[in-house]
Amino acid sequence: MAKKKTTVPFQGTAEQEAKLKALIAEYKEIPGALMPVLQQAQGIYGYLPIEVQQMIAEGLNIPLAEVYGVVTFYSQFTLNPKGKYEISVCMGTACYVKGAGDLIDRITHILGIEPGEVTPDGKFSLTNTRCIGACGLAPVMTVNDDVYGRLKAEDIDGILRKYMNEE
Amino acid sequence: MSMVKLTINGMPVEVPAGSTVLEAARAAGVRIPTLCYLKDINEIGACRMCLVEVKGARSLVTSCVHPAAEGMEVFTNTPAVQRSHKATLELLMSNHRKDCLSCPRSTDCELQALCREFGVDEYKYSREEIQPDIDDSAIHLIRDNSKCILCRRCVAVCAKNQFVGVIGPNDRGYDSHIGSAFDMPLGKTSCINCGQCIAVCPTGALTEKDDTHKVWAALADSSKHVVVGTAPSVRAQLGECFGMPIGTNVEGKMVTSLRRLGFDKVFDVDTTADLTIMEEGTEFLERLKNGGKLPMITSCSPGWVKFCETYYPDMIENLSSCKSPQGMFGALIRTYYAEKHGIDPKDIVIVSIMPCTAKKFEVSRTELSEGGLPDIDISLTTRELAGMIKKAGLMFKDLPDEDFDPFLGIASGAGHIFGATGGVMEAALRTLSEIVTGEECKPLDFHAVRGVEAIKEAEYDLAGTKVKVAVTSGLSNAAKLLDRVKSGEADYHFIEVMACPGGCVNGGGQPHQPADVRNFTDLRAERAKALYSEDAAMALRKSHENPVIQELYKEFLGEPGGHKAHELLHTHYVKRSIY
Repeated sequence: MAKKKTTVPFQGTAEQEAKLKALIAEYKEIPGALMPVLQQAQGIYGYLPIEVQQMIAEGLNIPLAEVYGVVTFYSQFTLNPKGKYEISVCMGTACYVKGAGDLIDRITHILGIEPGEVTPDGKFSLTNTRCIGACGLAPVMTVNDDVYGRLKAEDIDGILRKYMNEE
Repeated sequence: MSMVKLTINGMPVEVPAGSTVLEAARAAGVRIPTLCYLKDINEIGACRMCLVEVKGARSLVTSCVHPAAEGMEVFTNTPAVQRSHKATLELLMSNHRKDCLSCPRSTDCELQALCREFGVDEYKYSREEIQPDIDDSAIHLIRDNSKCILCRRCVAVCAKNQFVGVIGPNDRGYDSHIGSAFDMPLGKTSCINCGQCIAVCPTGALTEKDDTHKVWAALADSSKHVVVGTAPSVRAQLGECFGMPIGTNVEGKMVTSLRRLGFDKVFDVDTTADLTIMEEGTEFLERLKNGGKLPMITSCSPGWVKFCETYYPDMIENLSSCKSPQGMFGALIRTYYAEKHGIDPKDIVIVSIMPCTAKKFEVSRTELSEGGLPDIDISLTTRELAGMIKKAGLMFKDLPDEDFDPFLGIASGAGHIFGATGGVMEAALRTLSEIVTGEECKPLDFHAVRGVEAIKEAEYDLAGTKVKVAVTSGLSNAAKLLDRVKSGEADYHFIEVMACPGGCVNGGGQPHQPADVRNFTDLRAERAKALYSEDAAMALRKSHENPVIQELYKEFLGEPGGHKAHELLHTHYVKRSIY
């Protein structure tokens, strides 16, 4: 079973915290406040680490377990910030049958992160996406705006090395 | 009350408006299978087990939440309904780890019972072999999610009844599972160990941590003197594990079975419940007289104590400093009993049988110890004791009745009723009123503090001083009460809180009763009857008149609330954080 976790240290600023507190104050008395607060909190921080979820749980007087349950239910909420290089592996049908799973395994092996996670230095994040409409190139992955097609697992090392060497 | 008329399988039935189809069927003598539904607690229609056919409806409806309506024609047993029941079970079994032979819940598992009823014996959708998925980080329970059916009964009791809410459904789809925030191990969360989740779990996904092997080992060790004490409510529920009716008092058979299991001495924790009243009563009068912190709140329920420490740390001073009856029992065995019988305290193994899983946490508190030895070595639940009796092959129902051993073997009726909500307060009031007024307390029944209402209040006159008391059980009720105290809205002098709804009779360590029984019987009230009828039949009904207690103070403890009593029978608390 997937055990999701945040893989980078929290580096929230006082400014972000002030914004979150104002947000919570605005929604405090409104029933059903959790979803909009989570959405806007993700807007403030870019993701929803435990520190942010705790502030929301405390502020809205909702058990943390419930907050976390909602965050992990909706795929648009994320426990990790995007990396400097955002790797997306297409898991649409065509890419999937052409071996996209092997690509993910290789990336996980090299970077030590599962889909939904980010490397501790914040450089790479990994997601698996639905079909990106480039089935002719299956299996496909993108790194930020660069598209790589007709991949094999052994191609991954070289591609990642390129970004590792960049600052 | 307005009524609606409908038919169940062609049979006419009339039920109060607002009843569900499930309830209407029950009124017509038809049991509809359910899994996720718990009345007033978990009404989410999620498991689809209770589907029935309603004439004119587009599809099958969930009878547990579907309101009965005038003229409705309901069919609970058509081929379509039977197919649906079977398919639901087959799907639930598709990712259920089927170790039914050795599962602790085998034979009282609600899922297993339904599979047998509906002939689900081949597992149509089974995939690869399912591995255990275990969290055993908490001191009192084991969660094995490979047997979880996601009914959310545990989630609902935790959040709604107990106001703790440390578990919930995480992730989605095939990855959905019940867990804590950030999938922290339960032992790292602010769980208060009440075990209500275990009591309502329909399968083997939640079980108490079985400590019986430690007891078996102690019993087999001839160098150990093994002493056992049983809590007030255990005798009122143990019989349920052997098919006896709810509310049967089995005190005599329980004592016999413990003796035959090999315990050297079988004592009654009800006796130290009487002792608790002496200490707590004295503490209360002192607070009242000397301007101490009020309201004073009882401290017998370890789930409640941990809840207070965690969620209301600013009210720790309101907690009575008295140890629970379990703690007092252990402390006396370890000191007075050991001394009197010339046994080295190190060679005594003290076992308690409790209705409670939080007692397993309580015995681990280092402040509850004497000379480096814990007050209690091992705390078992009612269920664990039943397991030992079965394993030993004792024919429980046929056992003769025996009496407790004399040292701590006589208890008053006041001690017995400790096991039900309001019982501690009533016991205290009986003693307080006589100590303060010097007159005989009449009548002895304090009906205002009995019963299963969420919050009970009463006011009594103690020799000219008005004393306001309140009684509550279930921690969400307790939280409401405490908020009123904090805001100044309520000005009680004395409050009794028990963590589990209805008190210890409905504790997290008590026998499992399937939802089928829970939804149509008020377990809290039915189980409490055994204690109140025992009390009513007794001549000795006041703690301070208990000859054992009187002798204990004379021979060993000195004065109630005195130096020695304080050293042995009182404790302190720690602030805990929620995260």
